[in-house]
Amino acid sequence: MPDPQSPVLEIANFSFRIGTKEILRDVTFSVAKGEYLSIVGPNGAGKTTLLKCIDRIHRGGSGRIAVYGRPLESYRQRELARHLSYVPQADGRVFPFTVEQFVLMGRYPHLNAFSSIGHEDRKTVLEVMERAAITPFAHRRLDTLSGGERQKIYIAAALAQGAEVLLLDEPTTFLDYRHQAEIRDLLAEVNRNSGVTIVAVTHDVNRAAMDSHRIVALSAGRVVFDGAPADIMQADTLEQIYETSFLLVGHPQGDVPIIAPQLPGEAGP
Amino acid sequence: MRSATLLLALALLALVVVCGAPLVGSESIPLGALWGDAEPGQIKILWTLRMPRVAVGFLAGAGLALAGMAFQALFRNALATPFTLGVSSGASLGAAIYIHLGLAFSFLRIPGESWFAFTGALLTIAVVYGLARAAAGASNVTMLLAGVAVSFFFSSMILFLQYLSDLTRTFRMVRWVMGGLESIVGVDTILTLFPFVFAGCAVVLYFRHELNLITTGEELAVARGVEVDRVKLVVFVVASIMVGAIVSVCGPIGFVGLMAPHICRLLIGPDHRKLAPATLLFGGAFLVACDTLARTVIAPTELPVGILTALLGGPFFVWLLLTRGGEE
Repeated sequence: MPDPQSPVLEIANFSFRIGTKEILRDVTFSVAKGEYLSIVGPNGAGKTTLLKCIDRIHRGGSGRIAVYGRPLESYRQRELARHLSYVPQADGRVFPFTVEQFVLMGRYPHLNAFSSIGHEDRKTVLEVMERAAITPFAHRRLDTLSGGERQKIYIAAALAQGAEVLLLDEPTTFLDYRHQAEIRDLLAEVNRNSGVTIVAVTHDVNRAAMDSHRIVALSAGRVVFDGAPADIMQADTLEQIYETSFLLVGHPQGDVPIIAPQLPGEAGP
Repeated sequence: MRSATLLLALALLALVVVCGAPLVGSESIPLGALWGDAEPGQIKILWTLRMPRVAVGFLAGAGLALAGMAFQALFRNALATPFTLGVSSGASLGAAIYIHLGLAFSFLRIPGESWFAFTGALLTIAVVYGLARAAAGASNVTMLLAGVAVSFFFSSMILFLQYLSDLTRTFRMVRWVMGGLESIVGVDTILTLFPFVFAGCAVVLYFRHELNLITTGEELAVARGVEVDRVKLVVFVVASIMVGAIVSVCGPIGFVGLMAPHICRLLIGPDHRKLAPATLLFGGAFLVACDTLARTVIAPTELPVGILTALLGGPFFVWLLLTRGGEE
């Protein structure tokens, strides 16, 4: 369970601009160790940019981001990579590495310059591949696998990295139902059993409400909601965030309502 | 295991080529000359003409191939070559200016042509960097475009100089751009080139893990802990200076830097821990083999080796692509 006494991540009054366009404005929230936090919000709200700022893929910005109480700037990238890992969407171009080679590359922050990959690294890689159920693909080439399989491999590589915090960018958006379920179970399992903190950007508010301990919503670069899943699942709150109408219905298995798709012509601002 | 065997085979091949090539030529030399068991004249040819040429050929081939591999990885672009950033055009312009001015000097036992070419290469690196940084913080596309633009600009300048020059000088300029190893005599060039190639190759080999990660995507590489901007800067600058030094000595020998890395990728896979040594060995051996053929095929006349690299390497590459490209 998350322990609010020890935040792994603190973001305070953080603003970030690309050129003259302000992408993030005065963002403030923190993430507790072991927490499963979902970040939701409309397209262009700055969700992905925020993840990239936390992992220093984007540098700069004003305000403060701290990891384990230490400001981000005080970390060397290699040291940061032992704590955090950004997991991109598994689309795009891939070089024809095998799955095993790719996951092994996750060990990079633990290698010193001249040491080759050792016994310990290989052991870790076998473990995470087993855990992510990708061992059967170990010798397949990355470019021959589907998006769902690749997403599991990306998560496995981040686990091989030894990161205690995973920053996931739309981990399930383009996947079919089975792969969505597999990714969800994998994330829930590492969160529950290994205390890995999860920060996931998603468009699926239903899933976010069911999977996470807490939800943060961004809109136009600002935090417009920060609270429990039950509290975001209210028509007026969602309408404020997404500027469209919502139909909520009770879930047959739980207390938190879910968003039901509306008939054509029924939705509108 | 398979890749270890392949690497060993490549190393043996390189050794055979490097030891065998000096024995072949218009005057054939017995194997015994390697340890002094031959006529004095033969031993002299071996050590003052053939060996230096083979050594420089190996250094040049290895350096160009490894630089090509590094640029392909850093730009994530299969068409990148050691000359993509304009280094060879800059060097060629330097040499063309030297020829046009009718200069003839040497300094520190290095010919003036090489000094001019190397200066041209260094200036190009500085200009391309300046342009890319001024534009948008050295993004890949900006750098590629800056390199291409600078290349075209310098190529036009060379054409302009050729237009202005008389027939003899124009011919020398055209001949320079074909590249070749026939001017190498004695040990000087080896000593000049070695530090550049050694430093360039050492840096590229040192960053083998980083190159692997950057080919999977720059953002992913940062997430894994690579200081991508720093690695790119160091590799670009050191490799470009190495390429500049090679081109200044041998002229812009094409094809090795583009195709040797691809051929090795097809043979041994994309993992730079194995790909880098394989590319180095293959590039060196390939250029030496081509040069040996270049100086024997229509003896006593010599072909510029730059013509042969593409003539031989092209079909070989297509054959590999057709037979191995589809494999898992």
